[in-house]
Amino acid sequence: MTRTVEWRRWLSYAGIAAVVAYCLAPFYWMLVSSLRRTSDIFDTSLVPSPLSFENYRAVFDPVQGFGRALLNSLFVAGITTVLALVLATFTAYAMARLEFRGKRLILTLIIATSMFPVVSIVVPLLKLFTDIGWINTYQSMIVPSMSFALPLAVWNLTTFFRQMPDELEHAAMVDGCTRGQAFRKVIVPLAAPGIFTTAIITFIAAWNEFLIALSMTNKPGMQTATVAISKFTGATTYETPFGSQMAAGVLVTVPLVVMVLLFQRRIVAGLTAGAAK
Amino acid sequence: MTEAVAPPGAPTQAGPPVRRGRATAGAGRLAALLVSPTLLVLTVVVLYPTLMALKESLYGAKGLDPATGFISDTEPFVGLGNYAEIFGEAGARFWNAFWNTTFFTVVTVGLETVIGVAMALIMHRAFRGRALVRAGILVPWAVPTAISGLLWRWIFNSDGVANALLGQQILWTTEGFHAKVAVIVAEVWKTAPFIGLLVLAGLQVIPREVYEAARMDGARPVRQFWHITLPLVKPALLVAVLFRCMDALRMFDLPYILVGAQKHSVETLSMLAQNEASNVRFGPASAYAVILFLYVFLIALAFVRLLGTDLAGGAPGARRRGKEVAA
Repeated sequence: MTRTVEWRRWLSYAGIAAVVAYCLAPFYWMLVSSLRRTSDIFDTSLVPSPLSFENYRAVFDPVQGFGRALLNSLFVAGITTVLALVLATFTAYAMARLEFRGKRLILTLIIATSMFPVVSIVVPLLKLFTDIGWINTYQSMIVPSMSFALPLAVWNLTTFFRQMPDELEHAAMVDGCTRGQAFRKVIVPLAAPGIFTTAIITFIAAWNEFLIALSMTNKPGMQTATVAISKFTGATTYETPFGSQMAAGVLVTVPLVVMVLLFQRRIVAGLTAGAAK
Repeated sequence: MTEAVAPPGAPTQAGPPVRRGRATAGAGRLAALLVSPTLLVLTVVVLYPTLMALKESLYGAKGLDPATGFISDTEPFVGLGNYAEIFGEAGARFWNAFWNTTFFTVVTVGLETVIGVAMALIMHRAFRGRALVRAGILVPWAVPTAISGLLWRWIFNSDGVANALLGQQILWTTEGFHAKVAVIVAEVWKTAPFIGLLVLAGLQVIPREVYEAARMDGARPVRQFWHITLPLVKPALLVAVLFRCMDALRMFDLPYILVGAQKHSVETLSMLAQNEASNVRFGPASAYAVILFLYVFLIALAFVRLLGTDLAGGAPGARRRGKEVAA
């Protein structure tokens, strides 16, 4: 009996190892490749030797304009997240706390927008923005990004607000707060962890955006990091600069991976709260 | 629905407090105030462009006017011409993109579901190191799709590690079935862990007693899986699959970067529409976008029918699950 238990435990550890390896191996390969010299980029050893930061230096070569692209990404994703959060906080509060007619319908509609094919709004907006001269502007990337960031934020925050006991604000109201004051002074501070988690998830989604940024910009100086990396050119026309692409990929991904490591518990809660119904 | 119980903001010192979750007078007004900014923004960024796309899809491209022989500055009204085109000469590219989209959706979501459920079952068993595993499976989710496209392009390079491991010389990222395979492998890598995560959340709310009862009745693990685990986790799984389908149907970044634009083998409807729009052929582009939108809408509708309930409602048991999976 004990032997089967022992055996089973090892089997489950092996399974876990397999899952983690499956998830991390390609990412590890990106990391390893970014640390190789250009001359041994096609090497398939598991550890780069000699270790080289050549690719990282190449990424920050002013010719690539990668620093600017990172700032563009930060700005577009940051503003999108802030705008989405502010609007979504109000809406989510109403969805979680107030009874009103058409609530279900409105929430369904908001969530339905998050499933919307982005290209269906990019095509008409591309034409509109071309006409009004918005191509290569930040607003031409931020405005369409709201189409997925806002529903995501509303959905996440609604589930967070629902988890908080109603008594909190009733107590505040008994003590003489209006509903608005109760919301501002009691609910928002208490919901701060939820708002923070929603901010991370929304930011990651906005940071990862590609189609909008690709369509709305054609000037290298305005491109976001994801678009810029995909357009890196090598020393010669026929060579794909895999080394610097991998290095740039690591740089774009590492902030997200760090966030994931630090807040994994909260992120999982945020991602699964709505879906696991 | 919204009967008045107490005036808003009035201190309710006497009597029992307002009934939980019930409406107060003015709740409707407050709700309208709180919800309208979001609805306004979504109207501007979603509804308005959709209507514009519908209108735009009825117009042709600027070009030579067949009647006068001059170059016209305005787009001619062609009615349903752009839609009719998909059954005509330009149809081949559209149908190829349509079938690619469908193929990718069916295959990737199918594989993701199987692998994701397997991952969830494995993770459900593990007691130690759960935080590590959770962080690990979030990594593919956090890697931007565009970056994962580059990453897999590198792996699938002719001198890359995939060929080295397989001992083959396959040109993965050129036209052909292997290009489809490359896209599928990359997509499944990125999203299977996510399904695993959602299914895990569903697994963790199944009470232990159910399994104990089944064990006492002599049900073996395989039977337990088919008759207990799967039915109980089905709602969570269906929602996960629905979201994945919607996402796969609009696939763009991955084939665009991994294989390239205008590649017959992997061009999806999103890629086709974007390509037409970037070539200033807004009419056909809009028509393709509208068709994709309808396609997504129909699949979503089918799912909602299958689920039997709306996805948005707040079923009482649903609220706490996020917390439990985090514990």
